[in-house]
Amino acid sequence: MGYEKRIDGRKKFEELRPIEAKAGVIKRADGSAYFKIGKTVAYAAVYGPRDLYPKFMQNPKKGILRCHYNMMPFSGQGDRVRPGANRRAKEISMITEKSLIPVINLEDFPNAVVDVFIELPQTDAGSRCAGITAASIALADAGIIMKDMVSAVAVGRVDDKLVVDLDYNEEAYEEGRAAADVPVAFLPNSGKLSLLQMDGNITKDELKKALEMGKEACKEIYEVQKKALKDKYQLGE
Amino acid sequence: MSELVVKNKEVVVPGEVLATGMDYLPGQGSYREGDNIHASILGLVNVDGRAIKLIPLSGRYLPKRGDTIIGKVIDVMMSGWRVELNCAYSAMLPLMGTSEYIMKGADLTKYFDLGDFMVAKITNVTSQKLVDLSTKGPGLRKLSGGRIMEVNTHKVPRIIGKQGSMVSMIKQATDCKIIVGQNGLVWILGEPDNELLAVKTIQKIEKESHVSGLTDKIKEFLEKETGKKLEVNVNGE
Repeated sequence: MGYEKRIDGRKKFEELRPIEAKAGVIKRADGSAYFKIGKTVAYAAVYGPRDLYPKFMQNPKKGILRCHYNMMPFSGQGDRVRPGANRRAKEISMITEKSLIPVINLEDFPNAVVDVFIELPQTDAGSRCAGITAASIALADAGIIMKDMVSAVAVGRVDDKLVVDLDYNEEAYEEGRAAADVPVAFLPNSGKLSLLQMDGNITKDELKKALEMGKEACKEIYEVQKKALKDKYQLGE
Repeated sequence: MSELVVKNKEVVVPGEVLATGMDYLPGQGSYREGDNIHASILGLVNVDGRAIKLIPLSGRYLPKRGDTIIGKVIDVMMSGWRVELNCAYSAMLPLMGTSEYIMKGADLTKYFDLGDFMVAKITNVTSQKLVDLSTKGPGLRKLSGGRIMEVNTHKVPRIIGKQGSMVSMIKQATDCKIIVGQNGLVWILGEPDNELLAVKTIQKIEKESHVSGLTDKIKEFLEKETGKKLEVNVNGE
């Protein structure tokens, strides 16, 4: 038997959940974005480059990028998520930072910091990917010099099928082999990979194929990111 | 075979391919990778002959040599003043940079006290973003009285207008003294009601900066508000 049909009714295994994106949603921030994929919602706000304190953190050679990933208390599957940073949030903040750094030239703002705040009011798996995608729109909106955008999506294997953009039910699918979840982030124009994590087991061939599927999906997400930014600035003449 | 991929005056996002082939040259806000020219910032495309330049649409102020700025004194030191510029880096106004002769050991707060605002010129910016100021020159001085407002630094050219036509029109209509700093701070001095009108007008310009025929629209708005007949000096005379 195996996994025949997607639980949430999507037609194809390569299909993404419905996406919405908007730039400039937080007026006080230098740049901000809203990104929704299925039931996962992410807000990102970017402040800076600005002064960096405490002073010992300043580096005269290059600036720093600081990311804060936070799931809101009511954002989970019904159980209250304890507010504040936990081990998981800290790790995701770090990998968000590391997946965004390849497109940013930190030498542009020595001694200064760019802060990225990612808040998730509602989650249904794929939240780190939604966060990275939103953060990338927000950074561009903040006028930061970037080589490329960053688009992220989760790919994986549910039972014996490779799928793109898993939701929570697919991640928790219990029949057959345990599901594998592989969040990836691509720089859509150069096709380079800036994030690769894995939860579960996957064979080498499956991973290769999954990455190809992820790359295609990221191109789709990139188009949405592009549209969100252009819609904000392409005001009617 | 070289080809321009985007249209002139189009909004582009970081990473987007602007042109292919070696016939075009990357200008500000773009870079070359292989045969293609990519955008490195969210901006408006400006093609000038063979050079492709991007005009940034958002982002914080970046200090540039020669800019006239409005700054606030945040520290008084032995050899000068530290001045805040509404950006990630503060500037230094040395004793030598002032128009007066200051005796050694004199009380520097007599010239500029903490919290004072000034119009100054940026004389130098180093690679480490150390900024030097000078108040030598016509129109550069301490600002007393009036109010300070903040605008998007990329909208400053629209507020000033062609050869200062826009700002001189506001001055004429409101009888206010107005100084627009490149760093997005604007100083306004006049009768309280007139100051408020000037603030309102500048906010209107900032909001509608993309509209064509903006000068006429603002002229109409000011004439309605003040009941005066205004003349637009496009030549700045």
